[in-house]
Amino acid sequence: MVLARVVGTVVSTRKEPKIEGIKFLVLEKINPETMKGLGDFVVAMDGVGANLGEVVFFVAGSSARMTAVTEGRPADATITAIVDAVDIRGEYVYHKEVSG
Amino acid sequence: MIFGLVVGTVVGTKRADDIRGAKFLLVAQCSSKGQPKTAPMVALDVVGAGLGELVIVSQGSSARQTEDTKEKPIDAVIVGIVDLVEESGEVVFRKGASR
Repeated sequence: MVLARVVGTVVSTRKEPKIEGIKFLVLEKINPETMKGLGDFVVAMDGVGANLGEVVFFVAGSSARMTAVTEGRPADATITAIVDAVDIRGEYVYHKEVSG
Repeated sequence: MIFGLVVGTVVGTKRADDIRGAKFLLVAQCSSKGQPKTAPMVALDVVGAGLGELVIVSQGSSARQTEDTKEKPIDAVIVGIVDLVEESGEVVFRKGASR
């Protein structure tokens, strides 16, 4: 899984029927050591109800199909967790309430 | 599998994996001597690994081949804690030894 920040949403009207009604978000991967964006973006299906600006982690590959939302759908990246806190070598580098 | 160095912890209460008591660690891919090479990734820990330990990580669909991760949305799982690495008859890593 890869840590990322939700930076946007994707809207598509003409799409494969199996992905109708699924929320797509744009994620920017982040380096947990600095919590800064890596300039590397991915479109992911949302399995947890994430919002803009939140730190999440997503699962890639065939495991992306293993959630209630994405089962049997052509997903290769799914957000599976909203991150509350990140701790590096015993120190908090991110805490949702504090960092926002 | 790859070698990884445990550098931190990730906490998330709202999750799609519904694995009870799941512990997610930040793991940086590293050399057999324990030198980190990449930005850390998030991996599920099923063996009780701790900060600073050298571990073995299984990735991709193989990450779902444990009791805890069967049919779960997990693509990286810590499957072992490394005690010792030997290359060409020479010990290059030993747990607990200063690096």
